[in-house]
Amino acid sequence: MSTGITRPAPSRRDRIGLRFVLLGQSLILTFASVLGLALCCLWITAVLVVGAGIGIPVALALTVLVRWLADRHREWATNRLGEPIARPYRPIPAGNWWTRLWAILRDPASWRDWLWLGINSVISAFTVGMSFLLFLGGLFYLIYPFLFWVTPPTVFRTPFGPQFELHSVRQSLVMLPLGPIFFTVWYGSAAGLANLNARVMRSLLAPTEQVQLRARVEELTSSRAETVDTQASELRRIERDLHDGAQARLASLGMSLGLAEQLLTDDPQAARRLLAEARESTTSALVELRDLVRGIHPPVLADRGLDGALQALALVNPVPTSVVIHLSGRLPAPVESAAYFAVAEALTNAIKHAEANRILITLECVEEAGGLLSILVSDDGRGGASIDAGTGLRGVARRLAAFDGTLVVDSPLGGPTEVRMTLPCELS
Amino acid sequence: MRIVIAEDLALLRDGLVRIFQAYGFDVLEAVDNGPSLVRSLLTYQPDIAVVDVRLPPTFTDEGLRAAIDVREQLPGLPVMVLSQYVEQLYARELMSDRAGAVGYLLKDRVSDVGHFIDSVRRVAAGGTVMDPDVVAALMTHRASDLPLQALTPREREVLSLMAEGRSNAAIAARMFVTEKAVSKHSNNIFTKLGLEQSEEDNRRVLAVLAYLEG
Repeated sequence: MSTGITRPAPSRRDRIGLRFVLLGQSLILTFASVLGLALCCLWITAVLVVGAGIGIPVALALTVLVRWLADRHREWATNRLGEPIARPYRPIPAGNWWTRLWAILRDPASWRDWLWLGINSVISAFTVGMSFLLFLGGLFYLIYPFLFWVTPPTVFRTPFGPQFELHSVRQSLVMLPLGPIFFTVWYGSAAGLANLNARVMRSLLAPTEQVQLRARVEELTSSRAETVDTQASELRRIERDLHDGAQARLASLGMSLGLAEQLLTDDPQAARRLLAEARESTTSALVELRDLVRGIHPPVLADRGLDGALQALALVNPVPTSVVIHLSGRLPAPVESAAYFAVAEALTNAIKHAEANRILITLECVEEAGGLLSILVSDDGRGGASIDAGTGLRGVARRLAAFDGTLVVDSPLGGPTEVRMTLPCELS
Repeated sequence: MRIVIAEDLALLRDGLVRIFQAYGFDVLEAVDNGPSLVRSLLTYQPDIAVVDVRLPPTFTDEGLRAAIDVREQLPGLPVMVLSQYVEQLYARELMSDRAGAVGYLLKDRVSDVGHFIDSVRRVAAGGTVMDPDVVAALMTHRASDLPLQALTPREREVLSLMAEGRSNAAIAARMFVTEKAVSKHSNNIFTKLGLEQSEEDNRRVLAVLAYLEG
């Protein structure tokens, strides 16, 4: 996937090399298109004789074959066009052969596959097939005099019909210039024709907008449900913390002060004790509130953005931690917060379980694809971390999913551990 | 002692003004935002400024930045920074000009009024006062780091109390040793940190800074 990256202009050698790679591919693609047409006919026959029993397994086997063929073509077109072509198929349900076939028949992507097989057999002939013929033509005219010479006198006499007759090898030399002309046309059109073929493939083999939207809706529904759950439980936690912590302290503070007020004249000693207690109470309440605020949105994140907040986090980390950040601006606040807590959790994980000596946090924003924040937290600990091992990283993955972010853990036993996270972002 | 106060919450600002006036400070001005603070400090050049980290208009670390900026123009202007939370990062930035006369405390500490006023006076006199929270975090996290590794546990304890801004006498009282013992410890600390060639106050600042930088 090389979109957005400006490549240096290819050298002449590369360009010629590419033409010959394409030449080989066009031969394969042309054969494949013929094979595809045969598969298409076979499949229609199999579906027509489904009632005969043998039709179902044959149709299923052919489907597997067709999808494999289509996947190879998708790969080829992806390479050619430089943008990924996703598989559009719906998942095939488990069940007997009849249920599976029914699911395949109901999947519009199957029908588009068959349509593609039919259309491709024609289009390929006029694109990659023609490209191959152009090359063959160039070769043919270059060796025309030789062919004239070795074949019986009647064979290569009239290349353009009876009005134009060649009588000797010397005369047949006039055909020679056609060779370079064909080669030139082949050279100039090879990439264009291949791309044209790839575009036809993309239009038929890529998921339709409807399929893409359906997949997106499913993804969003599940991530939204998880987000709502997480938020609800966060709110419950905050409510509980406030209720049992600061609120209770303030209540007891009021009591101590009220009592002190009563005792002020009669027992100044006791009143003084109560006032000191009250002061203690405010301190504890403040400590609790501070911890709570840190958990909601760390003040240093608001002050300094992700860069400063991660530096501050690394500074108080018991394991020596370095932070490398390549950001050219501030990220949107929700992304900053999600990234901060994700890194904090990955750090906690490394400290708790990895027995690491060094931790490295790397953060950079890749401009392509509308901005992608990529975060790497790596340690030299004992490894063996996984998303499924504890709730920590799973929770991070869930949080990130709400932003269309991802989390991948690479942690072989014995280490080192790498936690890679991505988040779509737009720098401001 | 002439003082400028910067705090955006009226309730806390009035409270601070009342406390300082009760202890005989001359409150020159009490401002509620960053730009006014800079202007006020440059105009009055007070003996001490007490500054809240978070101030309008940005409501981020406006107060801290203002204090650091002003100290570039008026080196060593005593500043006591107050905050709802402490960050080691900020402590380091405050001290990085190595001029001393800085304090960095949680707002909670104000409630122990006597001790707080004491800290403010020490900062005004050129001392360094770090919040026990900052110091405690250092104590647990950075004890294994160079160059502090060379210090004995006892010396480390002295250094952390020094970071909180305590005098040798106060440290001695806290550790139940004689003042002479503390002074011996602190001389060892200065030697081990390579801070031999300067006057006592400055060495204390540099020692604390070495501590903060781990």
